[in-house]
Amino acid sequence: MVTLGIFSAFTPQNVLYLLGGLGITVGVSVISVILSLIFGSIVGIIQFERLPYFSKFVGTINNIIRNLPLLLIIFFVYFALPKIGIHLPIFWATVIAMSTFESAMLAEIVRGGLESVDNGQFEGARANGLSNMQTMIYIVLPQAYKKMIPPIISQLISLVKDTSLALGIVLSEMTYRGQIVYAQNSTYIVPVLIAITLVYFLLNYGLSLLAKWADHKLA
Amino acid sequence: MALLQNNFPTFLQGFGYTLLSSIIALIGSMILGTGFAIMQIVPQKWAQVIGNVYVQVFRNIPLLIITFFFFLVVSKYVKMSGFTSGTVALMLYTSAFIAETVRAGILSVNGGQMEGARANGLSFAQAMQYIILPQAFRIALPSLGNQFINLVKNSSILAFVGGLDLMYQGNMVAANTFDTFSTYIIVAIFYLILTLPLSYYIQHLERKLKRAL
Amino acid sequence: MEKAKKRQFGIIATIVLVAVIVLGLMWATATANRNAEHQDTLARVEKLGRIVWGVKADTRLFGLMDTKTGISQGFDIDIARALTVQISKQTGVPMSAEFVPVSTASKMQLLKNTNIDGSVSTMTITPEREKIIDFTNQYFDAGQSILVKKDSGINSIKDMNSSKYTIIVVVGTTAATETAKFAPKAKLLAVQDYATGMQALKSGQGQAMSTDNAILYGFATENPDYHIAGGTFTHGPYGIAFDNNQKPMIKETNAALATIKQNGIYNQLIKKWFSNVPGLDWHSLEAK
Repeated sequence: MVTLGIFSAFTPQNVLYLLGGLGITVGVSVISVILSLIFGSIVGIIQFERLPYFSKFVGTINNIIRNLPLLLIIFFVYFALPKIGIHLPIFWATVIAMSTFESAMLAEIVRGGLESVDNGQFEGARANGLSNMQTMIYIVLPQAYKKMIPPIISQLISLVKDTSLALGIVLSEMTYRGQIVYAQNSTYIVPVLIAITLVYFLLNYGLSLLAKWADHKLA
Repeated sequence: MALLQNNFPTFLQGFGYTLLSSIIALIGSMILGTGFAIMQIVPQKWAQVIGNVYVQVFRNIPLLIITFFFFLVVSKYVKMSGFTSGTVALMLYTSAFIAETVRAGILSVNGGQMEGARANGLSFAQAMQYIILPQAFRIALPSLGNQFINLVKNSSILAFVGGLDLMYQGNMVAANTFDTFSTYIIVAIFYLILTLPLSYYIQHLERKLKRAL
Repeated sequence: MEKAKKRQFGIIATIVLVAVIVLGLMWATATANRNAEHQDTLARVEKLGRIVWGVKADTRLFGLMDTKTGISQGFDIDIARALTVQISKQTGVPMSAEFVPVSTASKMQLLKNTNIDGSVSTMTITPEREKIIDFTNQYFDAGQSILVKKDSGINSIKDMNSSKYTIIVVVGTTAATETAKFAPKAKLLAVQDYATGMQALKSGQGQAMSTDNAILYGFATENPDYHIAGGTFTHGPYGIAFDNNQKPMIKETNAALATIKQNGIYNQLIKKWFSNVPGLDWHSLEAK
């Protein structure tokens, strides 16, 4: 009976349904990583620049967000923000929650990356007549980003895994869809859990190999 | 803040369970993580393979799925509550990250020290215990601290399996009062009580370590 | 930037950011207050030409996701469709029905937040809920029961009044609050949804799952080792829910409900979904 369950769980339509969930998982992760790269960089640069008061202030807000559970931020964005008139469709609520959280994480990485760039480079660039802004954009940031590629990929891995938390607000991603499939028949639970675990693993392991390769190539 | 007053015992209970789960998972994952880190660097090939596979598998799958697996599947054979399933899953998941951190710490200790210790007649295990690991932990301390913060945050996963933690109690209060906004802010403050001081302490450690290097 | 300029910039930027945050909070509080005021659901659905219904996705017979279409199938969905058609006729405004899967834990929040217009999701009419949201007349008669393993030796909820038993319930259901009144000594385990609850029961996290008989019939059909023990011990008919103080919408929906009960559509749907449930006298569910 168990073997029967293994095969009958994966009807073409159930497989397609689960793959659709994978699409949503990847979609949320990719959009979130792009958004958090942009906002994370801005916050990271502000912290790096040590502007009086401003950097401390932004840094404190960043620390608060970084130290909250992502699940709480997701619940907050979807269930609490509508109370102040911000209604977001579930997909975008997840993207915003994850981007907020990940931006705070990436800001730390960007700050660390910038601090690791040799101070002499700044002075050299300034001596060559570049402005502060130009030095940042053309000299420092490209080097910092190169060093940051592996940690950024690790953050993408976290995002792919963390998207599963959005099942708490009924986002139709892969883990939620897995639940729906085993709601059809409870013998499906083991095969379905194993299958989605395998998909997550392959996706993330692939990404971690990419990070390793990038690390090698850039070192 | 009447909400906080009326539900204070509930929040406090949740806070207690979150703390308990985090501490149990922390101790467990430190032991497991160090074990798997050592497995990855011993000369025996088979141990390396096991250590590697363990770390890669648990690093790359969602914590939620590990939790469901224990709560819904493993518990058919071994009795365990939602709290236990969540805590065990949290421990296994975190141990993979701790293994990575400790391994990096060990590798950053000068290789000559191991050889020196061995030349002085210490066994591999003794050299590990007395010479290498203490240094490795000191180097890895800030990253280990970050893993602990992640662990506290990730313990919110217990909410999915009736684990009685802070997030679970928060959801219950939100469901009863409909005041989602204040409820989640209060829950956030409780989490920050745990994580924020730790986070600042780690930043302080990091700076100290950087100056020392 | 030289030091003085940097300092100046820092101060100005901080002031701007603080101002933005303070203004944002003020705006947020103002909106929160404005939102607390009345918003007419009927006016909104007529304007948008659609009714967004919150329905279940994990509940056999009432709302179970069809993985092919991505839309739930069940009695609740068919009722919502029939009501939408009827309300369109009554108001003369053509409206389409849209479905959003909700979990038991989230549906009340979604209604209050107007993420959904109405909810047809196995929701029991209770005085506590009526303080917060509005219900139509009942559209389905239900009561709370327990589902146990056939060989468990448990014959009713009274047998479970002991600390050695754990009863599984779903967060936000009436069962989550009512069960304790009937078996005060038993432990409660609240999970997020029915699918997880059933899995938890099967894996021995508890000895019984308690919720409405109608939902449990679906699980009993699917799991022949389990049965409903001791009949219902509460009476809690289902209603269609809207946000608070929605008299026009409630009036239209009640009229539509009365019409489909009269013209036979309601009984057709009862037959479609419940005539095959073992041990259920489905004729008793028909509208008289």
